[in-house]
Amino acid sequence: MFDYQFFIEVLVGGLLSGVMYSLVAIGFVLIYKTSGVLNFAQGAMLLFAALTFVSLVERGVPFWLALSATLVIMVVLGITVERTVLRPLVNQSPMTLFMATLGLSYIIEGAAQLLWGTQVHGLDLGIDDVPFEVGGVLISQFDLFAAAIAGTLVTTFALFFRYTRTGLAFRAVADDQFAALAVGLRLPRVWAAVWTAAGIVALVAGLLWGARLGVQFSLSLVVLKALPVLVLGGFDSVAGAIVGGLLIGAIEKLAEVYVGPLFGGGIVAWAAYVVALGFLLVRPSGLFGQKLVERV
Amino acid sequence: MRLSRSLRAAALAAAIAVGTVLPGHADEQFFPLQSYRVGPYAAGGTGFFGGFIDYLNLINIRDGGVNGVKLTWEEGETQYEVERGVEVYERLKSHTGVAAWNPLSVGIAYAMIDRITKDKVPLITVNHGRTDSTDGRVFPYVFPLLLNPYSETSGIVNYVASREGGADKLKGKKIVVLYHGSPYGKETIPIYKLLADKYGFSLEQIEVPHPGNEQQSQWLSIRRAKPDYVVLRGWGVMNPVALKTAQKVGFPVDHIIGNVWSNSEEDVIPAGDAAKGYVAITTQASGAEYPVLQEVIKTVYGAGKGNLEDKKRIGSVYHNLGIVNGILNVEAIRIAQQKFGKRTLTGDEVRWGFEHLQLDPARVEALGAKGLFHSINVTWDNHEGDGRVTFQQWEGTKWKVVSDWIAPDWAFLRPIIEKSAAAYAAEHNIKIRTSDDPPVSQ
Repeated sequence: MFDYQFFIEVLVGGLLSGVMYSLVAIGFVLIYKTSGVLNFAQGAMLLFAALTFVSLVERGVPFWLALSATLVIMVVLGITVERTVLRPLVNQSPMTLFMATLGLSYIIEGAAQLLWGTQVHGLDLGIDDVPFEVGGVLISQFDLFAAAIAGTLVTTFALFFRYTRTGLAFRAVADDQFAALAVGLRLPRVWAAVWTAAGIVALVAGLLWGARLGVQFSLSLVVLKALPVLVLGGFDSVAGAIVGGLLIGAIEKLAEVYVGPLFGGGIVAWAAYVVALGFLLVRPSGLFGQKLVERV
Repeated sequence: MRLSRSLRAAALAAAIAVGTVLPGHADEQFFPLQSYRVGPYAAGGTGFFGGFIDYLNLINIRDGGVNGVKLTWEEGETQYEVERGVEVYERLKSHTGVAAWNPLSVGIAYAMIDRITKDKVPLITVNHGRTDSTDGRVFPYVFPLLLNPYSETSGIVNYVASREGGADKLKGKKIVVLYHGSPYGKETIPIYKLLADKYGFSLEQIEVPHPGNEQQSQWLSIRRAKPDYVVLRGWGVMNPVALKTAQKVGFPVDHIIGNVWSNSEEDVIPAGDAAKGYVAITTQASGAEYPVLQEVIKTVYGAGKGNLEDKKRIGSVYHNLGIVNGILNVEAIRIAQQKFGKRTLTGDEVRWGFEHLQLDPARVEALGAKGLFHSINVTWDNHEGDGRVTFQQWEGTKWKVVSDWIAPDWAFLRPIIEKSAAAYAAEHNIKIRTSDDPPVSQ
């Protein structure tokens, strides 16, 4: 007999895991939307942020001061990347820009280990991961906390982009870079703002993922979780990142539990990519992505 | 002139730092080290290779080498990647007096088996590697010292039996093995099945794909299966995530038994409170209270030549594994010197030393390692050496030993190992050695 309670437990767990994927995906979307760059260094930025924060805390810096200092460092990092890597490569092909961010990811990873060492660290945000039960279904307090943080972050960005001048400029650039330039918007300034925002997202995601995995090198691998989310939701849609994350989280967990045994288990890593690939064939721009129309 | 002098001083300092001397030096025994100090597994690499180098330094500083033969080494960074490991092998294999290779990597070790067999230099895979390489008749140059994966499995089952009140109490129990989705993780699938049949416990083996940073569905399945114990056969980030996710689904942490690559501080510290009470197997106890560790602190770190940047890591699981690995390598050279002379030995002569590496508890105590590890008894056809295991429990800040030294069921395992080795020999057209073969290759 089908165990509905277990099904719901897996589904809820998957949706909450998906929120964590969305957090990483949002960082990609922000940069892709305005500059067309798929920033493969987002995972390395996440590692750098978490490692910086936890290293400061372990050296006796108070929590909020460490958070503020890390935020400043991430802003500086974002602006530096834009100035030194992306600005000189403006008008280069998307593949060139992608390769630049790939190289950047190795540099940031190396710099993080050089600065803060190679040891793994625990990160306690003060939120217990002890579950509570609702109708026989276990729900993680930490996952709910992460969902609330993600919700707050998205709301903040939505308000910022809707009601501020920088946000308006961001939307204009995202809509049409050449038109934005034509009306006098300073593209580099917008890109710097976007890289700063991506740095902030990296910090938030880094702290949440770091609290879950421990702060260690493999944090940078969480980018692999974001890629199918982006394919499903669309590379240029924050809403798509949220919905895509939830869908991928739920699908991969349900697939592992109900389909996995047919293949000997261990399908959670590639099940998400199967779904993403299938979706790519049907709807290449993703659920919420803009359809690309090119004049030839 | 000043610049030239500075450059020479820097070059000399670099040479001392890597422990190298010029090729052709008469009395040196060289260890090429395929270490990993950056990348995802750097925490384990710095601990293990740090401990190994600390012990080699102790022998050089305290004793002037092994019977006057200086121990030297050079590190090549692999980042735990197989191709880089092979590159380092090709670069360093021509050095004078190569004693043995110690890559601490299953992938690199597998890629080296044919090469080291051809070059006639021992390959040490302490606590890991191919189980059937225990059979020295087929793998003359490979040494999975102290513990091969099958012995580890048997040791874990024996420990669970001891907690339940005897092997007969295992009947009807349920054990889930949560394994890393890699050749390493899958190596023990058959032996768990055989042991389940032997003792009558039910078994479920669940894979976690690499790297293992998401395990929600696996642990929900475990929760539904309601096992008595979960064996964690993990690696890297998979371990703390398993402990955290176990807490999320309410599985008791003291019923999770970690394998030998899930037993370090790096595996539990990131999991925070979720790891308190977790139990893991080990071949070497942690802690710095053992005389050999005290000597390392006094002699090596006292001289400013300690390899660990963070002295708090002295006595950690990986550091102590490196120390024990150093003891085993050095003693193999010492034993080989008794037969072949107190000089630089060939790799094949050192191989002979490993094949006579018999350290009983009295000798282990004389080496200052009583309680650090139990004993080893390597022979020409048993390259593991019947290492004993013990179990440690994480208390939140340190490990505490919670069992006696436990012997795996070697009599049960040996025929399985021989069968697998014989199949390998047939497949690779290898002539099986006998005790009548000469001590070293002619």
